[in-house]
Amino acid sequence: MIETPLNAKIKGEAFTELPLDLYIPPDALEVYLESFEGPLDLLLYLIRKHNLDILDIPMAELTRQYMQYVDKMHAIKLELAGDYLLMSAMMIEIKSRMLLPKPAEIESEEDPRAELVRRLMEYEIIKLAAQQLDEMPKVGDDISVASAYYQHISQIKPPDVNLDDLAAAWRNVLKRASHFEHHKVGKAELSVREHMSIILRRLKTEKLVEFSNLFDVVQDGIPKLVVCFLAILELAREGLLRITQQAAFSPIYVQSNS
Amino acid sequence: MLEANNLKDIKNILEAALLTSHQPLSLDDLLRLFPERMERTSLRMMLDELKQDWAERTLELVEVASGYRFQARLEYAVFLARLNPEKQGKYSRALLETLAIIAYRQPVTRGDIEDIRGVAINQNLIRQLQERDWIDIVGQRDVPGRPSLYATTQHFLDDLNLRSLDELPEMQNFLPLENPTLDL
Repeated sequence: MIETPLNAKIKGEAFTELPLDLYIPPDALEVYLESFEGPLDLLLYLIRKHNLDILDIPMAELTRQYMQYVDKMHAIKLELAGDYLLMSAMMIEIKSRMLLPKPAEIESEEDPRAELVRRLMEYEIIKLAAQQLDEMPKVGDDISVASAYYQHISQIKPPDVNLDDLAAAWRNVLKRASHFEHHKVGKAELSVREHMSIILRRLKTEKLVEFSNLFDVVQDGIPKLVVCFLAILELAREGLLRITQQAAFSPIYVQSNS
Repeated sequence: MLEANNLKDIKNILEAALLTSHQPLSLDDLLRLFPERMERTSLRMMLDELKQDWAERTLELVEVASGYRFQARLEYAVFLARLNPEKQGKYSRALLETLAIIAYRQPVTRGDIEDIRGVAINQNLIRQLQERDWIDIVGQRDVPGRPSLYATTQHFLDDLNLRSLDELPEMQNFLPLENPTLDL
């Protein structure tokens, strides 16, 4: 971003350190403000810009600089101000803790700046890692994966099922249902469409279901079984599911076509 | 007639499978090509030889997280890019930093990411990374709210030409200044 090393010469003399009171014109500032990724990013920029030592941050100076930027952001109503204000509160707290005289017995207390320094360093590491990730070649930009044209065929094509097998299977379902017949009172409205969705949803999770498992012969009455069977036929007709059988009299499987 | 016990034929079978596959082929995938028993070590040796055979060609055989694949050598990228003028746009810094945090610090929650970056994270950004199939949710942290834990996927490694996370570039440490002299 704006971290080009300073390499200027004034009157023939190398000039490596920025003057600390360098004035930044407010208009130029606006251009930068939106390019910061957050308060940590802004702080790192200030630390770099003013050649501050990250391990011994002059809090008063940094806070003053930081607040100038935040005020400016406030003025141009940047939405991010909340995160930035939180950071300024934290900085002021650190600054005031540093000003308080330390009683002798807690002399060994951690530097109030330690947590901020740790976060700044962690963020800088991530920032650099992000740049490295960005520079790595990726499939889709720099890496082109080879894929010669080839009509892929699966080795075993499931045999088709004929109508007689399906009818026989259906008779089996009915026969078994008759063993569990109950006397039912009341009228149920059964929608073929609704059952189509139920079956499709089931096939989405289970992939391959044995034909007879689609029917709950114990629980469902004959009307429901019929509706369920109609729904399967309708789905097959619309090409939404595939019905297969490996050999005569072997189990019939139903799977989604999508 | 190709014979699966002739070394040259084996290499050719591997080559044909790898060149026509739409995704990387793992050792297990490749073993399925041969009905007879085949040792993984000899298969690996064969793949090494195949890699050597292609050393002077435009394509190279590489191993990534989910298996082996042929890809064009990097020096052709600039030319190949001209065939597809609508290239992927640059990713934002926010997205890249989020990806870096997930890649290097995984598994992490959204809160972890926000702590490191110091700003609230846009949910779209997470979704964008999920849609690219670079990250996914691997669980929930056992704290109030049970926030989702994010990690990078195998597809992320494939796309970056990596076999495992160990191959990510080493993290660079914060570089202290040479002349740090300034005090309150």
